[in-house]
Amino acid sequence: MNAITKNPKATLQSFEARFDTITDQTRKAALGALHRVGLPDRRVEEWKYTGLRFLTETPFAAPAQTYDAAQVQAELDRLGVTHGPAEALPRLVFVNGLYSAEFSRKPASAEVSFFAQTKSFGVQACPDRDPLTALNTTLAQDGVTLSVPENGDAGHVLLISIGQADAPVSFHPRHAVALAEGAKLSLTCIQAGQGRYLHNPVLEVSVAARAELQHVTVQAESDDAASLATLYAQVDEHGSYNSFVLGLGAALARHEVHATLAASHAQVHVNGAQRLRARQHGDLTSVITHAAPDCISRQTVRNVLDGQSRGVFQGKVLVERIAQKTDGYQMNQALLLSEQAEIDAKPELEIYADDVKCSHGATVGALDEDQMFYLRSRGVPYAEARQILIHAFLEEALALIPDETARALCSHIMAQRFPVSGEEA
Amino acid sequence: MTQFLEISGLCARIDADGQEKEILRGVDLTIPPGEVHAIMGPNGCGKSTLSYVLAGREEYEVTAGSVQFHGQDLLAMEPEERAAAGLFLAFQSPIELPGVNNANFLRTAVNAVRRARGQEELDAVAFLKAAREAAKSLSMAPDMLKRNVNVGFSGGEKKRNEVLQMTLLQPSFAILDETDSGLDVDALRIVAEGVNRMRSPEFSALVITHHKRLLDYLKPDRIHVMAKGRIIHSGGPELAEQIDTEGYTRFLAEAA
Repeated sequence: MNAITKNPKATLQSFEARFDTITDQTRKAALGALHRVGLPDRRVEEWKYTGLRFLTETPFAAPAQTYDAAQVQAELDRLGVTHGPAEALPRLVFVNGLYSAEFSRKPASAEVSFFAQTKSFGVQACPDRDPLTALNTTLAQDGVTLSVPENGDAGHVLLISIGQADAPVSFHPRHAVALAEGAKLSLTCIQAGQGRYLHNPVLEVSVAARAELQHVTVQAESDDAASLATLYAQVDEHGSYNSFVLGLGAALARHEVHATLAASHAQVHVNGAQRLRARQHGDLTSVITHAAPDCISRQTVRNVLDGQSRGVFQGKVLVERIAQKTDGYQMNQALLLSEQAEIDAKPELEIYADDVKCSHGATVGALDEDQMFYLRSRGVPYAEARQILIHAFLEEALALIPDETARALCSHIMAQRFPVSGEEA
Repeated sequence: MTQFLEISGLCARIDADGQEKEILRGVDLTIPPGEVHAIMGPNGCGKSTLSYVLAGREEYEVTAGSVQFHGQDLLAMEPEERAAAGLFLAFQSPIELPGVNNANFLRTAVNAVRRARGQEELDAVAFLKAAREAAKSLSMAPDMLKRNVNVGFSGGEKKRNEVLQMTLLQPSFAILDETDSGLDVDALRIVAEGVNRMRSPEFSALVITHHKRLLDYLKPDRIHVMAKGRIIHSGGPELAEQIDTEGYTRFLAEAA
């Protein structure tokens, strides 16, 4: 990391009180990295479009051990996981980053352990390189590790984070998902909450040979929250990691993915969509590394930006010399609904192999006038016609989610934030 | 009583690449209730522009003239208000709406119009029943309701989908802009039957076409010849035959 901050410690002031008690070696090393460079500012290339001033300005405390159960229940009801097809699914619920047994129902066909007990930091995360991971490593209290045994099918599991903050709190859960050879899992992570908080999770995913993980993340955090997530994934031979992130909430959000295709015929999908309004800032950053031949990566990201919101797409596809016959595709599309909305798109291809098929593209536009007129000429009022077209643009992205229940949850949570009249939610 | 639809001295222009282009240069046309009129004329004469201006497309600037519809100032209304008031335009090139389910689209449109007309909205069951019946009468495959609006439809399927929308929206005045183009003989008959089923003392239509064939089915009350942004000649249904054999040359010469 190459941040040049005059006073690195000053950028971390709001966390300093909690750093004093740290004794663990791994945490100390991460804290050392943080103290050397501080939180990155815009002079750091990877952080050019997303500033972290929000963190330096807010005195985030450690969350309390207790929580308001009625509010958690209300959030779960609102998210649509306590009724309909999602009701019967196993779920692991974390409130302010701490596991809540009361609201959870462990999956039968996966092993579950908790960071609070294991204190296992995993192997992929890079606190030296990634400052948000360093912050997480320093302050992580809890998190879940889900392991699916060889050839096991763990079905669909929900991992839910609820934030509750009367005064600013930060939580830094450390999660891991490990699929053994031939194992299968559909994991849907849902993030929601109320108040001003920082949710700073790290998730480490490992997909062994022939294993298949479908992973959907719905980020529907409180409008006052910061959601800064880092995800590491490693996929082995003929394994598949099919991910989708839907960004709807938070004042400041960054979803950063580091995915490595580690052996031949592995597949990775890093798809996503975000819909922002007012002054929201949403950053979807990814680095997909082809480290083996004959692998496939796919990335389609759609952004709908209203008000003065700002969307960021940074997508890097790195094809190492060994990764011949790589098949890579990347597309970022943005629909700007207001003059003040902004998208910063930085697609990057870095290719060291000579026999590869890689394409990428980006589009930015407003709503199509012909389509608007067509709808209005059929009697659909202006505002409703607009909503229908926005919805359609995003639904086409959501169609990339293979798990029907996960897709329905995405549509449900999106429709709650952005109701479309005249259509069934 | 005012006429059903009365267009007087209508002039309109469009901004084409920074150049103001006059397209309608004083259109006078009156359509009484219950009548079907046809407009024929050479390419570029302003037929489609007239249909767009009547439907409320914003790119066209009306510079003079007026349009009364049911005694209301049509040109002051938003496109959706015109639809609610009973006007329907069947597009020459229907627009594709990726990601928008055809049945949802139709139901949204029907209920928006019903709401605006002070009628009760149709629930999902009642709507689907009506939509399936209408689709069947137009020999449309049932799966066309499940597909995205016009996406991947053939030319003929798109035109049928326009007539389906008209059938469900129950307009009192429909403009059919070259709805016959690209249709084979069977499709043409089905579409024409769809329009004929709408005919009543309360329903009028303006049919824009190049071909006599559609008019053979629709049997219009009047035919108007349009050229250079104006109606230059009007007559009975026999005009279609005359234009079919002689072309427009004689009318153009008379108007010059």
